[in-house]
Amino acid sequence: MKILVSCGSGLGSSFMIEMNIKKVLSELGVQAEVEHSDLASAKAMKADIYVGTRDIASQLDALDGEVVSLNSMIDLAELQKKLGEVLKKLNLIQ
Amino acid sequence: MLQIILDILSVPAVLVGVVALVGLAVQKKKGSEVIKGTIKTIMGFLVLGGGADIAVAALGHFGAMFQQGFGVQGIVPHNEAVVALALKEYGQQTALIMTFGMVANILIARFTKLKYIFLTGHHTLYMACMIAAIFIAAGITGAPLVIVGSILLGLTMAFFPAIAQPTMRKITGTDEVAFGHFGTIGYVISAGVGSLIGKNSKSTEEMKFPQGLSFLRDTSVSVALVMGILYFIVAFASGPAFIEANLSAGQNFIVFALLQAITFAGGVYVILAGVRLILAEIIPAFKGIAERIVPEAKPALDCPVVFPYAPNAVLIGFLSSFVGGIIGMAVLIALDAPVILPGVVPHFLCGATAGVFGNATGGKRGAFWGALIHGIVITFLPVLLMPVLGDLGFANTTFSDADFGVVGILLGNVLKFFIP
Repeated sequence: MKILVSCGSGLGSSFMIEMNIKKVLSELGVQAEVEHSDLASAKAMKADIYVGTRDIASQLDALDGEVVSLNSMIDLAELQKKLGEVLKKLNLIQ
Repeated sequence: MLQIILDILSVPAVLVGVVALVGLAVQKKKGSEVIKGTIKTIMGFLVLGGGADIAVAALGHFGAMFQQGFGVQGIVPHNEAVVALALKEYGQQTALIMTFGMVANILIARFTKLKYIFLTGHHTLYMACMIAAIFIAAGITGAPLVIVGSILLGLTMAFFPAIAQPTMRKITGTDEVAFGHFGTIGYVISAGVGSLIGKNSKSTEEMKFPQGLSFLRDTSVSVALVMGILYFIVAFASGPAFIEANLSAGQNFIVFALLQAITFAGGVYVILAGVRLILAEIIPAFKGIAERIVPEAKPALDCPVVFPYAPNAVLIGFLSSFVGGIIGMAVLIALDAPVILPGVVPHFLCGATAGVFGNATGGKRGAFWGALIHGIVITFLPVLLMPVLGDLGFANTTFSDADFGVVGILLGNVLKFFIP
């Protein structure tokens, strides 16, 4: 399973969200490869779940995977809830 | 034996690899993870050098066309391009200042009231690089360079988030998260403008604003597009005869100009990939260690952290900062000074952020005027910064964001005062 986080240049924001996702995943006990990239590269990278803040996520919709759109890149509770829903949908957690 | 070790460590790529290695070992990672992380970090540094060659060659052509067309030097401020170029010269010093600067940041957060941990790693790298260049230009090298440079870097990493925090609280509605991006002085100015003139102005988010420009968030696309326009203008200014005889080896001048613009964007893309690899292991290690030593410190995050709070202000800020950049450029042309062109990344990222800060204190009016003045400020700062950068000051590109300008100008002139 692979999760890709994207932001404009793929340097700061996506990296912070990636670290938060790793935290959430280890709490849930889910094994996954998490990476971050810029928007241009995201289109060429295959992932099961794409994550971005809502201003970015609209451009991830065209990709072949689930999209998690975040209102805030710092709200861990929001991330936990939205990522949890997608993981449930993919039958990775109960 | 010692000499061999010193020789190996003086290769910047290896040095950052060692930093990553230590970071991974401290976190007690598995052997395979340590090897993977170390190799990727070293590779990142080498990739970055390759990207620099691509971007700098394309910029060189831009500079030649600008000189021919307008008779003065034209500079495109772009952090990634100037840093990648500088790291070829000052890589070792930069790596050391960055490493010990992060240590200094943790110590400052632990022992002073500036409880901020600066997590925007690429800006830490760029600031370390600029500090190294300025010290070396002033004739300071060796241990003093690394010690003073690291303390200075640590101070900037704690100080700038602190001055942004009052407005950050307004934007995010919480005091948990801080803002870490070296354009802070521009944002604080914008917030100041907002609170001066924006009384009773409605928030940008209460108006309908087309979101059609959001594809510009894709950095590679926006750099290629805006650089395409700039290359196009200088191509016409310098004329087909000059370009086809001296630069393009006979290729049509318009085709040449557009391909060079996209080549530049490609170079930046490669540099960003390199930076991403360099930071991939170092920043989580820094964050982990900082959280253990100063658990109460606030993480200072990259500027897009504020974008989701005010998407309209992001676009207004970008556009009006860009207009500010054009006004500033016109003034520089009139003054016969080196011309600072409106670089797309500084106006998009920093201008957008200035818009959000201006909106937080002064609504629509604050976002517009704050970002406009920000755009003018970041156009003038490089003119004063370039003379203190030594050889790097003669490049066709320079540091773009406000804090680099302010820190660099202050540092360079203080050093000049003490070391004539």
